[in-house]
Amino acid sequence: MSELGNLWLYAMLILVGFLPNEVWRMAGVVLSRGLDENSEILIWVRAVATAILTGVVGKLVVFAPGALATVPLAVRLGAAALGLAAFLLIRRSVFAGVATATAAIVLGMLLFGG
Amino acid sequence: MSAPQSGKPGWRSAFVGGMRAGLTSVFMVVLVGSYVSIGALAHDLNFPLLWIVLSTVLIWAAPAQVILISALGAGAPPLEVALAVGLSGVRLLPMVVALLPVVKAPSTRPRELIVPAHFTAVSMWIEALRLSPKLPRTARIPYVNGLGVCFMASATIASVIGYHLAQALPSLLVAALLFLTPISFLISAVRNARVTADRAAVAIGVVLAPLLAWRGVDLDLFWTGLVGGSAAYAAHRLREALR
Repeated sequence: MSELGNLWLYAMLILVGFLPNEVWRMAGVVLSRGLDENSEILIWVRAVATAILTGVVGKLVVFAPGALATVPLAVRLGAAALGLAAFLLIRRSVFAGVATATAAIVLGMLLFGG
Repeated sequence: MSAPQSGKPGWRSAFVGGMRAGLTSVFMVVLVGSYVSIGALAHDLNFPLLWIVLSTVLIWAAPAQVILISALGAGAPPLEVALAVGLSGVRLLPMVVALLPVVKAPSTRPRELIVPAHFTAVSMWIEALRLSPKLPRTARIPYVNGLGVCFMASATIASVIGYHLAQALPSLLVAALLFLTPISFLISAVRNARVTADRAAVAIGVVLAPLLAWRGVDLDLFWTGLVGGSAAYAAHRLREALR
């Protein structure tokens, strides 16, 4: 990549990567001052954040990036569902859920191509 | 990152305790796997190694980094990239707001909260909320900073390894590793759901965002958060009222 291209990439890292992300953390520092952890507004704020978080999850699974895009959509959805089921069935263990989902996606790729 | 405040007794042992907790956390596996895949993705799209290291230290949020790398790699307009990254980062605000009152002590100065806020990411947040309440208040900030340093350092090393191994890694493995971030976020969100609003938000968000994106709706994550989160909160209020 050229020098100019590199410089542009670092400028982009700060301007469209670091700043739009970090602004939320710093806003959180400011807003946390007077807020009680159990206040009613925080239940709504947390619901909004959770919906966005799982929205990101949904988009990453459905419109998968990079090498994950070569895995059929049905395999991605099936693996996510299996991981969730394993988490719920095996003592609510995050590790069990993540391991099951990962094993499922590898198996799915071997069986159905990818 | 965090200036050592050696004047405070126990600061060092709390910091080391946080690092040790990070090493044995389930999120260590998730972070290393995710960041190996992020390093490989950056290599495939011709990003410099220093760039990917800086992106981990500065952004410190796997979905934002995946969005940034794939969007810049695909030549998306900067404003659109900033919007997508900014929307994926909205979750950090309530996470920081929920965490800081737990870790700060009456003697804590406001600027001491900047570092734990920067370390706040899904992995650190979940472990910090779970573990730090067991400690005396004055030990909590160094403890969560130790946790953050441990997670960030491991993720950075993992991204360097992934960058160098990109060509050697079978695409099967990279795909499996890229899957770690969404699946661990989903399962953590389910585990952390305390009230009806949280549970409803998990279900609505995961369906609504891809649906809106598929329909070509602009600002899909923004609407998912605002409409989906408010609907989840409404469901919560309804359930409370019927109780």
